[in-house]
Amino acid sequence: MAVCIAVIAKENYPLYIRSTPSENELKFHYMVHTSLDVVDEKISAMGKALVDQRELYLGLLYPTEDYKVYGYVTNSKVKFVMVVDSSNTALRDNEIRSMFRKLHNSYTDVMCNPFYNPGDRIQSRAFDNMVTSMMIQVC
Amino acid sequence: MEGLTLSDAEQKYYSDLFSYCDIESTKKVVVNGRVLELFRAAQLPNDVVLQIMELCGATRLGYFGRSQFYIALKLVAVAQSGFPLRVESINTVKDLPLPRFVASKNEQEPRPAASYSSDSENQGSYSGGVIPPPPGRGQVKKGSVSHDAVQPRPSADQQEPASPVVSPQQSPPTSPHTWRKHNRHPSGGNGERPLAGPGPFWSPFADSQSGSAAGDAVWAGHSPPPPQENWVSFADTPPTSTLLSMHPASVQDQTTVRTVASATTANEIRRQSSSYDDPWKITDEQRQYYVNQFKTIQPDLNGFIPGSAAKEFFTKSKLPILELSHIWELSDFDKDGALTLDEFCAAFHLVVARKNGYDLPEKLPESLMPKLIDLEDSADVGDQPGEVGYSGSPAEAPPSKSPSMPSLNQTWPELNQSSEWETFSERSSSSQTLTQFDSNIAPADPDTAIVHPVPIRMTPSKIHMQEMELKRTGSDLTNPTSPLLVKPPDLSEENKINSSVKFPSGNTVADGYSSSDSFTSDPEQIGSSVTRQRSHSGTSPDNTAPPPPPPRPQPSHSRSSSLDMNRTFAVTTGQQQAGVVAHPPAVPPRPQPSQAPGPSVHRPVDADGLITHTSTSPQQIPEQPNFADFSQFEVFAASNVTEEQDGDAEKHPEVLLVEKASDPASSLRVAKTDSKIEDKTAASAPANMSKGTTPLAPPPKPVRRRLKSEDELRPDVDEHTQKTGVLAAVLASQPSIPRSVGKDKKAIQASIRRNKETNTVLARLNSELQQQLKDVLEERISLEVQLEQLRPFSHL
Repeated sequence: MAVCIAVIAKENYPLYIRSTPSENELKFHYMVHTSLDVVDEKISAMGKALVDQRELYLGLLYPTEDYKVYGYVTNSKVKFVMVVDSSNTALRDNEIRSMFRKLHNSYTDVMCNPFYNPGDRIQSRAFDNMVTSMMIQVC
Repeated sequence: MEGLTLSDAEQKYYSDLFSYCDIESTKKVVVNGRVLELFRAAQLPNDVVLQIMELCGATRLGYFGRSQFYIALKLVAVAQSGFPLRVESINTVKDLPLPRFVASKNEQEPRPAASYSSDSENQGSYSGGVIPPPPGRGQVKKGSVSHDAVQPRPSADQQEPASPVVSPQQSPPTSPHTWRKHNRHPSGGNGERPLAGPGPFWSPFADSQSGSAAGDAVWAGHSPPPPQENWVSFADTPPTSTLLSMHPASVQDQTTVRTVASATTANEIRRQSSSYDDPWKITDEQRQYYVNQFKTIQPDLNGFIPGSAAKEFFTKSKLPILELSHIWELSDFDKDGALTLDEFCAAFHLVVARKNGYDLPEKLPESLMPKLIDLEDSADVGDQPGEVGYSGSPAEAPPSKSPSMPSLNQTWPELNQSSEWETFSERSSSSQTLTQFDSNIAPADPDTAIVHPVPIRMTPSKIHMQEMELKRTGSDLTNPTSPLLVKPPDLSEENKINSSVKFPSGNTVADGYSSSDSFTSDPEQIGSSVTRQRSHSGTSPDNTAPPPPPPRPQPSHSRSSSLDMNRTFAVTTGQQQAGVVAHPPAVPPRPQPSQAPGPSVHRPVDADGLITHTSTSPQQIPEQPNFADFSQFEVFAASNVTEEQDGDAEKHPEVLLVEKASDPASSLRVAKTDSKIEDKTAASAPANMSKGTTPLAPPPKPVRRRLKSEDELRPDVDEHTQKTGVLAAVLASQPSIPRSVGKDKKAIQASIRRNKETNTVLARLNSELQQQLKDVLEERISLEVQLEQLRPFSHL
């Protein structure tokens, strides 16, 4: 039940970003942007080891009073950032992991589409649907 | 027909309709298909239509001439107005509204495309708009798809609605355009685009099409098929034309290569669609077309089209990338980045639909799912809106890809097991190993029964030995030896005397190993045990390959030996020796090579020593007792296997046999050294035997006899006996030797000759035994290694 989900390309520009429209989306965008620094930091920290050993799931990047931000990096340096509501305490780490896994799978499916050029914004409906299913429905 | 008076509006209208239907521009006769379409669009019940047709005389004539057509139209109007159909009504009904043809009157043709439309809303709108003609009368456009609502308003305004309706007729070809126009035009009812008339429209159309003149009953007053765009630019063929006519112009671009070709298929579609057609169903024609296209990219129909190729292909359709991307997402069912034939057909179908203006579904329609693409088995989804988001059908395509997996999987265990088996046999050093092996293989997989006849057994050496014993006794030789039976063909050659042979063969195999072991591990008990185990391993099919060739059970030997074996086994723990003793009838004394003091004899003797030792042989030749034994031994060589088996496994009867005189000395030597080690004896025995056997065809009988005697002698004599046995065997063939001595010159000479022959034989045997020795040594080393590995565990 994320509040905002973003897919960032290797060059750190967003391929896909979507948030629940309940709030000012800009704020989420900003959060995602700042979290990229944390992601990079984590990557470099682990980077000493081989990439293989680096785990894809980065975990909690940083918490704010309202939200928690989780990160996930693929082996091709595509980053998934997820912002969840702090009040949603029911979310466990495993659930976050599974959500990232689903994201990753959907992203892979998008990549498999020959009509998708890497680097384009993701406009796949299937991907959208999947993200929607994961987003919190805040009316 | 009666004279038909038409009002101006009607006149105009009718002529337009006529021209519309007159695709062949005959100005005389309208195409039946078109007419049928038109009538269908009128949303009249089938029977009414039939009646109309009959009334106007078309049925009679078989075609629609202008007059017939006009009459028919008039009747349609009558019917739509709710008046009974009568011939006279055409003229009597006053103020008859113009016949209303829903949807597609103007573009009759596209109707077929209705299949795609599958918009329930359209349908609804259509029906709503059209169905009640009388009420609808006032409204020109009832929201229905377009056209039609040509209300028969006598008033002028009617003209207007009519005109817009009519106009399309003038440009029938551009149905899509017109359609669209109408779409907007009519107001709205259909907001939907072209997809009007989903299934139901289809079916009537299709049916009527197929039915052509006569059959159109299907009309069934469905809401008029929405003015579907031409499905794909199909050429208009009279029977089905109307539906398809995907005019090149009409279709968005027409640039696609497909359009033209697909036109024909579109016809098919229409034709095929039955009453409950799935708007997304692919007709045979279409499918065939798709398949052909598939072949142009990928000749193998079972193969895949890679994403890049598909991308190029579909890009030609000039659809926007986003839509193509969506189509891809829908059609690539297994998400592998490549399209199978089914997936490709689905994608193609979707592209065609899209080009015709149908919206892409959110989910892949059921009929397009891989495996369900072929229509015939379509479920009734016709009523569904275009997006038959069924997705009900399980992903059958993917599963289909997996069927091969299980079979593959099955082969694996076999391979593994067989390999295990093989290796095991080679290596089988310790009982532990054996047992492990057992658990691994055996029952695991019936298939794995594979090569080896009875993989199961690899029981610990003891058991194996016991089995061997049993076998020897002539009892069931099934077990361990059975594999041997199969395996060591070379061994068994000589062994196959009888059931016991099996055992021997097994033994030989095992013995072969064991013998090798025995060689290596001489004095050790372990060696003996090892050798015993070897015997087990011998059972493994692999025996033949690995160093010690499976001991060859001596046929004769086995027979006799079986009995002897028993004794020997029972008597000797040492196994091999006992076995050895037992085996070679000629070598009874020898059988215990290990113990036999004879070792010395064996080795050096090779040729001679062997001879000397055999106790049995002594009788034969004082000077060359070995000879005598040899002969026996040779006989036994084959059967020696059994010997070894008891004793210890396979010494190498087979080894001997195989290598033949490779190392008579070695074998003997080994035998000597390992007093306890059966294998040695076995080895020697086999060696001897082999020597004996190969060169000669030792008379089995004497050998057997000797064996027995040898058994008794056993312990020490074994080795010697073996050697001697071999020699004896060799000599057996020359029983006359001793006699010759005493005989006259001729005899002497004869004996000399024989001796020489024997020498050669022995020499050969020697070489063979030498080889066997080497093998055995290797085995020994490996066994020792294994032992080392195992030892720590055992001590734990």
